[in-house]
Amino acid sequence: MTMINRLVHQGAFLPVLTVVASLIVIWYAGAVYLNSTQLIDRYQKKGVDWDISRLAQDAWKMERPVLPAPHQVGVELKKTVLDKRVTSKRSLVYHAGITLSSSLLGFALGTLLGIVLAIGIVYVTTLDRSLMPWIIASQTVPILALAPMIIVVLGSVGITGLFPKSVISMYLCFFPVVVGMVKGLRSPEPILIDQMRTYSASSTQVFFKLRLPASIPFLFASLKVAIALSVVGAIVAELPTGGQGGLGARLLTGSYYGQITMIWSALIVASVVSALLVTVVGRLERIALRKLNGGQAVAV
Amino acid sequence: MTQTAQPGSAVVHTANLSLEFSTDDGPVHALSNINLDIAPGEFISLIGPSGCGKTTLLRVIADLETHTGGEIEVNGVSPREARESRAYGYVFQAPALYPWRTVRRNVMLPLEIMGVSRQAREARCAHYLDLVNLDGFENKYPWQLSGGMQQRVSIARALSVEPELLLMDEPFGALDEITRDHLNQQLLDLWRKTGKTVVFVTHSIPEAVFLSSRVVVMSPRPGQVIDDISCNLSRERTLDIRETHEFLEIAHRVRDGLKAGHSYDDD
Repeated sequence: MTMINRLVHQGAFLPVLTVVASLIVIWYAGAVYLNSTQLIDRYQKKGVDWDISRLAQDAWKMERPVLPAPHQVGVELKKTVLDKRVTSKRSLVYHAGITLSSSLLGFALGTLLGIVLAIGIVYVTTLDRSLMPWIIASQTVPILALAPMIIVVLGSVGITGLFPKSVISMYLCFFPVVVGMVKGLRSPEPILIDQMRTYSASSTQVFFKLRLPASIPFLFASLKVAIALSVVGAIVAELPTGGQGGLGARLLTGSYYGQITMIWSALIVASVVSALLVTVVGRLERIALRKLNGGQAVAV
Repeated sequence: MTQTAQPGSAVVHTANLSLEFSTDDGPVHALSNINLDIAPGEFISLIGPSGCGKTTLLRVIADLETHTGGEIEVNGVSPREARESRAYGYVFQAPALYPWRTVRRNVMLPLEIMGVSRQAREARCAHYLDLVNLDGFENKYPWQLSGGMQQRVSIARALSVEPELLLMDEPFGALDEITRDHLNQQLLDLWRKTGKTVVFVTHSIPEAVFLSSRVVVMSPRPGQVIDDISCNLSRERTLDIRETHEFLEIAHRVRDGLKAGHSYDDD
């Protein structure tokens, strides 16, 4: 509600609505265009007379469309989100829950790992030189290639279920956190560091009283990226473990059975989950930065 | 080695003090042959153009830089030992306040670090905020204060450590002249009340002459002392004193010193 209020009050409502409306128009047009080859083929075989309006009508209610029309996805979403019991294996809420739990665990682990590595890099010169290139290299490996191997390796030592999937989310999450935290911990101006020296402060005191608070804005900027990545990681991790459920598994099942509408529904639920998580982190950021700036409102 | 005073009695004692920075273009003499003795209770201004080493000298006293030649003692010990025994309070060019701390908690920061008890922290904080005329602002955040008030918080914070020596690096440099005059007056009052030794870096001649019991004129390349002028103006001075013949004479001598040190050259 508050978000809608804000949209209306800041005059962003109309522009946003316009964009959404034009996207839907483009989507409907695209559905006609992409499904037309299949339909025209069928018309010619049956020797049916057809015009563009018949083509459009048929394109928007196909059983197995190349691109389903928005209302078809809407119907599928209603069926799988609202009409099914949450505990049912056919409920998207159930699958979203599975994905959400491994995203959140992976996000927590990745954040922790990122912060620990950043502290190491800032305080230990050897780590600064040796670790950073590896951390960057780690992100150049395609996660899609890595994910099955992590699942298989961890599975072979008896670790299955939630944890291996979280490891993949963690793998994506820790990177922005390391980069942001290293920058954040180094962000205090030299004058503040000098000042701490004039107080003969210990390095623990400098860390907790100066470096850590100063790094908070950088941490939150990273967390917003990391939380979105954690959902991507969880979905990618669910592709090789299809049987266990999750939005990734739904994507895979949809493509096995040519259920394009199912894929679209899972995609939309996935993006709603990401958007909600990013919003939550954004809220926390606003609160934290306000505190950090002595109650002064901050633009994020 | 000649010594101009017994090291024990001086708050700061230097003999042939020098500092060389090595850069890619060869060594830079930031300080060269500085001989200076600062007695307890003096208000010393270091004045000179940018790059004359006045801030560097202050930083050597504070053990923020390490000298490469000669001797320096602060309170009869090395600058490092003096720093570790928290012998001085340092006021930087910028207020250097923590935005997430209230005025009160900013002033208490060094006391927290030094492990002063909570009660004593509160008491000292109230006392020194009162001294810089900021009582009533304890619970404000830095962004709610003007630049001049922020710098006063910074001074209260340096005083709260209760050092005998106050090192001030162009503390009013970034302020407008009206605020600066006002704070100069307050600083003078403070000095009179507390009897602390102050080493004050500035590049303003009127500020130096108005505040100081002694003005040390420095010149660049290499940073050295050109003139050492004692000002015997009354301690009970007001801003009006800047119009007097006495004041102008001292200011004139400072300017001559700067001229002799080629501070006005165009190179």
